[in-house]
Amino acid sequence: MKDISRMVLVLATVCLAAALGLSKIYDMTKAPIAEAMRQEKLSAIKAVLPAYDNQPDVDAVDSGGATYYIGMNEGTVNGVAFEVSSMQGYAGLITAMVGVTPAGDVTGVRVLSHAETPGLGAKFTGEEYLSMFKGKNLSAAKWAVKKDGGDFDQITGATISPRALVGAVKAGLEGFSRAASSLGIVKGGE
Amino acid sequence: MGAVENFTRGLFKENPVFRLLLGMCPTLAVTTEAVNGLGMGLATTFVLICSNAVVSLLRNVIPAKVRIPCFIVIIATFVTIVDLVMNAYLHDMHKTLGVFIPLIVVNCVILGRAEAFASRNNPLGSLLDGLGMGLGFTGSLMLLGSVRELFGNGTIFGASIFGGGYNPVIVMILPPGAFITLGILLAIINRLASAKRAS
Repeated sequence: MKDISRMVLVLATVCLAAALGLSKIYDMTKAPIAEAMRQEKLSAIKAVLPAYDNQPDVDAVDSGGATYYIGMNEGTVNGVAFEVSSMQGYAGLITAMVGVTPAGDVTGVRVLSHAETPGLGAKFTGEEYLSMFKGKNLSAAKWAVKKDGGDFDQITGATISPRALVGAVKAGLEGFSRAASSLGIVKGGE
Repeated sequence: MGAVENFTRGLFKENPVFRLLLGMCPTLAVTTEAVNGLGMGLATTFVLICSNAVVSLLRNVIPAKVRIPCFIVIIATFVTIVDLVMNAYLHDMHKTLGVFIPLIVVNCVILGRAEAFASRNNPLGSLLDGLGMGLGFTGSLMLLGSVRELFGNGTIFGASIFGGGYNPVIVMILPPGAFITLGILLAIINRLASAKRAS
């Protein structure tokens, strides 16, 4: 019996000490982690939106299941950023940040996370490829890769990844156009 | 066994990757670039040093029958600390290494050293053993990462080696490249080791 109580005591003490130590570390790192995540999101937003002077992640609006980050310059809305995602990639989830003007022209696309093949599909994260989206909008472009009769280049040896990305951006733009009226973009100046 | 021996054992003679063949999962998975190997190696080193030291301090307190759960709790605690701290201060590296940081818990090198060394030796020796094993692990991962990055991307630590005209061998940064590189490096090291033994 003495054996058992000693085992229980030691194991419980070790676990308790571990729990106490971890809760302390968790407290200490909580704010820096939140800040790092915020900076990560902000740097993606900054990459896809025209220059803004507000805090788009604070001036964000939820609508139709998506979050829209509103960029403003001197009080007028000059861009909206939102996340899009696709499961149609070659390997798992692809997420990207898309920036548009209030009228719906794409100002930039930045891939946030993906698991596509390095050197092939993963080339779609490069500025060279992504700059193709700039200035496109929902009505004036055919949203498919060229192989499928659309306006967007595929990548040699990798059609699936660009097809997924183009599809995701298109779906995001459609969501934006549905949500645009409820975003209160007109209220911009307040 | 001297302190020097405790430290250097992990570097060459009992190098965890190339001699003991422990911790293969992170070795194969994260070594697509030299810098990832370095980050993973240093994270593992930290966990090794801390868990070795604590296990050694408690070696006379922990009853033999519950030692494994105790070791795992100690190791998991330090892994979680590394995970949180890296997420806070080395966010990009943390994102690249992803799930392999929490998976340090199941790295056999760490439990192996706790069981085989730290639970039987004094704290200072265990600390040196952890440091040596950790640095041996780091060096191996960096070597593997450098070779794969060099052939797969033409760079080492992001610095271009072969120049712009180089056509990368993409398979080297894909999973098969990890097995190929590890196999070739192991063959070379075994050859060197047996030549040394013969002479």
